[in-house]
Amino acid sequence: MRFVFKTDYDQDIRLLKHSGYWWSYGVLLAVLIAFPYLVGSYLQSQIVFVFIYAIVGVALIILTGFTGQASLGHAAFLAIGAYTAGFLQSQGISFIVYFPAAAIITGAVGAMVGFPALRLSGIYLVIATIAFAFIVEEILARWESVTHGNEGMRVRAIDFLGQPIPRDGDAFYFLCLLVLVGSILLAQNLLRSPTGRAFIAIRDSETAAKSMGIDLAGYKVKSFAISAALTGMAGVLFAHKMSFISPEMFTLLLSIEFIMVIIIGGAFGVHGAVLGAIFIVMVDPFLTALKDDVPVLGASLATTLGMAPDAAGKLRDTMSAIGSAAGLKGAIYGLIIMMFILFEPYGLYGRWLKVKLFFQLFPLYKKATFKRQKTYVKSERNR
Amino acid sequence: MLDFIQQLVSGIALGCVYGLIALGFVLIYKATEVVNFAQGDLMMLGGFFVFTFIGLIGLDYWLGFLFAVCAMAVFGMATERILIRPILGYPQFSIVMATIGLGYFLRSVAGMIWGTDDLKIETPFSTGVLKLGDLVIAHDKLSVIVATVILCAVLYAFFNYTRMGTAMRATSENMLAAYYMGIPVKKVVSLIWAISAAVAATAGVLLAPITFIHSNVGLALGLKAFPAAVLGGFGSIPGAVIGGLIIGVIETLAGFYLPQGWKDVAPYVVLLIVLLVRPHGLFGPSMRKKV
Repeated sequence: MRFVFKTDYDQDIRLLKHSGYWWSYGVLLAVLIAFPYLVGSYLQSQIVFVFIYAIVGVALIILTGFTGQASLGHAAFLAIGAYTAGFLQSQGISFIVYFPAAAIITGAVGAMVGFPALRLSGIYLVIATIAFAFIVEEILARWESVTHGNEGMRVRAIDFLGQPIPRDGDAFYFLCLLVLVGSILLAQNLLRSPTGRAFIAIRDSETAAKSMGIDLAGYKVKSFAISAALTGMAGVLFAHKMSFISPEMFTLLLSIEFIMVIIIGGAFGVHGAVLGAIFIVMVDPFLTALKDDVPVLGASLATTLGMAPDAAGKLRDTMSAIGSAAGLKGAIYGLIIMMFILFEPYGLYGRWLKVKLFFQLFPLYKKATFKRQKTYVKSERNR
Repeated sequence: MLDFIQQLVSGIALGCVYGLIALGFVLIYKATEVVNFAQGDLMMLGGFFVFTFIGLIGLDYWLGFLFAVCAMAVFGMATERILIRPILGYPQFSIVMATIGLGYFLRSVAGMIWGTDDLKIETPFSTGVLKLGDLVIAHDKLSVIVATVILCAVLYAFFNYTRMGTAMRATSENMLAAYYMGIPVKKVVSLIWAISAAVAATAGVLLAPITFIHSNVGLALGLKAFPAAVLGGFGSIPGAVIGGLIIGVIETLAGFYLPQGWKDVAPYVVLLIVLLVRPHGLFGPSMRKKV
């Protein structure tokens, strides 16, 4: 186990706590940069989706994980970013202008949502964000002169200073990686600044934060605006990656998927956003495998174990029938959410920390370190 | 003018549907401060149960109704035991997400078991209309209105005038303190889930002739019933029904008088405005924490 000898107060808020971090994050970055040259185009495209989901995850962690404000409306912010990009691009405006413009517009809308959120808390806030998302979805479907309504909208490849960036090229991959690293650095820097500490104080107790002189209204609006702006940037990348956007892509189900990212990853640290995004994006390829490969594999395994060929064929058919049953994805999503909340409430990042601590303290690890205390319902009504 | 009244009446009928589902939300919230997003899906499951009892097994309507309600009450208790009890007391948002997960799961499992077609059952209310002068109300809608009024009155009395109701309110205020006072907290929570699931099943059975039975009916209606509960102030039983009526009437009138597209959005716009003015809904208590 490493002991960091502290000689300076600034050591507490350093981004990289000690030299080991330089090594591990350096290697990770090197691997990510080398990735496009190592893997096929399908996997590369999946990783781009991981990056986009992770940016939204970081945005949600700033809002939900740091500030404690729940939102089930982030698909709407993503949609606003995506449509801003699509519309401004069709007006002939260049990428380096509309990329920040999308972030600013989405951030402004986020601040507007933040204002009513000042008086709302808990379940009232959740329903208000759902209502907001529904209204945005309907506006997108009706405002045909800008959004082309339900027909959807084509989004051309990015034109970066005359240099086209096709959506499955390496350049697009690096652009998404850059934005993700940028937003992670933003979140980490926010966390070690007075603003981030104010966010966390608001999450832990609004009353206490207020009595310490924290301007609740200002910081809540700031948190909403930052989170929305990041999601808007992810929306621009999303629009270019999909190359076609329509209102029914940005429904409540997408918002729920984003919340799943931080629940699966763990909402208390930025690492969680990335881990959760990897998990969520990989569910689809996993389901395809379940449909195609697993039955064949199971049948051949059964044959090698001495099962009659007819019976093995029947087994394969049953397995593929289960694998391709309609709505299997919904059932698996539901199970994943419930299992994580019941058994792994700190998410994948929490599990990672537990495993790490186990090896650091090897013979002395106590299970009780991470045990949750029993809590009891206390009314949130008079909070 | 007659048009308006006719629209108003059908709005009220629709509102009672929302109110009936919202009652289930409010019951669980009132006793345990848990928001059950799967309420609409419990209703959907109730519909499928009654289809199984009446359509497949061939029981009498009222017997099938009774069986479906009882089966759903047991199902509600089981859900509470398996999913809710281990996480009760953790941040509200985790529990909300757990019930969203439950909703996903129930929808797709119901789709796998009963298929994705619309199912119908024959009920005594399926045909026939009530005529009041020029006004026409179908019996199936009338049954929903009557059931909503009765259930609302019974549950209101239950919560305010019985020992068990008082115990439930105490549990939601502070579970630990209620436990110290000798209230059997676990039983109270189980019971409220059973009641809530039974209310959901009642809604599902009464809605079967109106919306038919399919696996997504719960999501669609649940997403309207939820604003209804919030509008009335989560935790107020009459509030749930009044909120449902407001949402239903607004939706119907907006569909009739406003351009296309307003029908689905108008309830949410009204909800946002109400929440801006009264952050705890129309009938919710507005207390501040004292330190």
